[in-house]
Amino acid sequence: MNLVVIKYNAGNIQSVRYALERIGAEALVTDDIEAIQSADKVIFPGVGEASSAMGYLKERKLDAVIRNLKQPVLGICLGMQLMCKYSEENNTDCLGIFDEEVKWFKGLGDATVKVPQIGWNNIYDLQTPLFTQVPQNSYCYFVHGYYAALGKHTIATTDYVQPYSSALHKDNFYGTQFHPEKSAAVGEQILKNFITLIH
Amino acid sequence: MLTKRIIPCLDIKDGRTVKGINFENIRDAGDPVELGALYAQQGADELVFLDITATNEKRKTLSELVNRISHHINIPFTVGGGIGSVEDVQVLLQNGADKISVNTAAFKKPALVHDLAREFGSQCVVLAIDTKQEADGEWYVYLNGGRVKTGTRCLDWARQAVDLGAGEILLTSMNHDGTKQGFALDITGTLATELPVPVIASGGGGTMPHFVEVFNKGKADAALAASIFHFKEIAIPDLKTYLHQQNIVVRI
Repeated sequence: MNLVVIKYNAGNIQSVRYALERIGAEALVTDDIEAIQSADKVIFPGVGEASSAMGYLKERKLDAVIRNLKQPVLGICLGMQLMCKYSEENNTDCLGIFDEEVKWFKGLGDATVKVPQIGWNNIYDLQTPLFTQVPQNSYCYFVHGYYAALGKHTIATTDYVQPYSSALHKDNFYGTQFHPEKSAAVGEQILKNFITLIH
Repeated sequence: MLTKRIIPCLDIKDGRTVKGINFENIRDAGDPVELGALYAQQGADELVFLDITATNEKRKTLSELVNRISHHINIPFTVGGGIGSVEDVQVLLQNGADKISVNTAAFKKPALVHDLAREFGSQCVVLAIDTKQEADGEWYVYLNGGRVKTGTRCLDWARQAVDLGAGEILLTSMNHDGTKQGFALDITGTLATELPVPVIASGGGGTMPHFVEVFNKGKADAALAASIFHFKEIAIPDLKTYLHQQNIVVRI
């Protein structure tokens, strides 16, 4: 299978590649438009800031490329947030694949909440084959200051201050707020599911 | 619910773990990758690799090691020890480190914290502080691995660094480190309640109840320890089970 990880100005892209290697999958890390378009599956990872990432994608016309992909796509963390409609992080218009909006945890008015959320939290109300053999309330690793609200595309829920979308799905597009590449055995199962079960 | 984290720390010199670590179930306890993988498999939530090498070869050896770690370990890890520039951090992150920790260099040049946060995001910038309570009752910042005293209060520096963009604080109490008499609950609690970022408590953990204390009374978000794990005085699965029984939310 021809698996591509989109390269752009965000962190932890190599970590995703290494995690795929651990489960026996080779991936090409590239920003080449043709390679992305012709891949069987695409992973859109990222740790970073929304507006500079969107700026980078637009400059290279990768925004339209990602939006028009027909093969399975998995966004991770910032990747998932960029697939939403809009992010409060520097008032950024994003790709608009998911209707859900991305908001700031601090905006919820709880002065004691620590932002970013860093660490292991559980995921529940799991839907779609992405979570095959993943038990309800499994722990995954999260690092984020902004969150996607619950909506019609929510396929996993996590509580931090309030319930929010820890995974989203629409058509061929999937996204996880947590980092499967850093979520021990649970994360490896989710990556395996994306590679073997999602078509 | 977000869990409390248990973090083993591995001291690295010339690409090898230091201290006479005794494990019969792995081939090479001097190999940080193998030891780190064992801890990950036992349920450690993160790992910290602290490089204490002082040679010119350091940077290359460390980046190669970080690359090997990120290939083999499926939980997040932080790399620290002598990091002094954006370029140092760039290399470590490119090789797969999730976070880096800065200490003395950041204190001497606070703009480094700001530059790192702007370049890579606060989530990967851990500020390590070595602190000591003096006779006047105040907690002061120490530099260079605890050898150099400053006149700056721990809370003041921590607050400044968080304002500059540090995303997490790794707080080591020199009064408690190595004593196995428990963590520094008061200063940990002060930082954990005063600051809007997670605090990792380090130094003094010797028994399982010490970890309960540092989470309940010290309000720590994570607890770090080294020798009690390396010398198998406490096994991570036992510690996690114990914490769970004490109603502390942990990943089991």
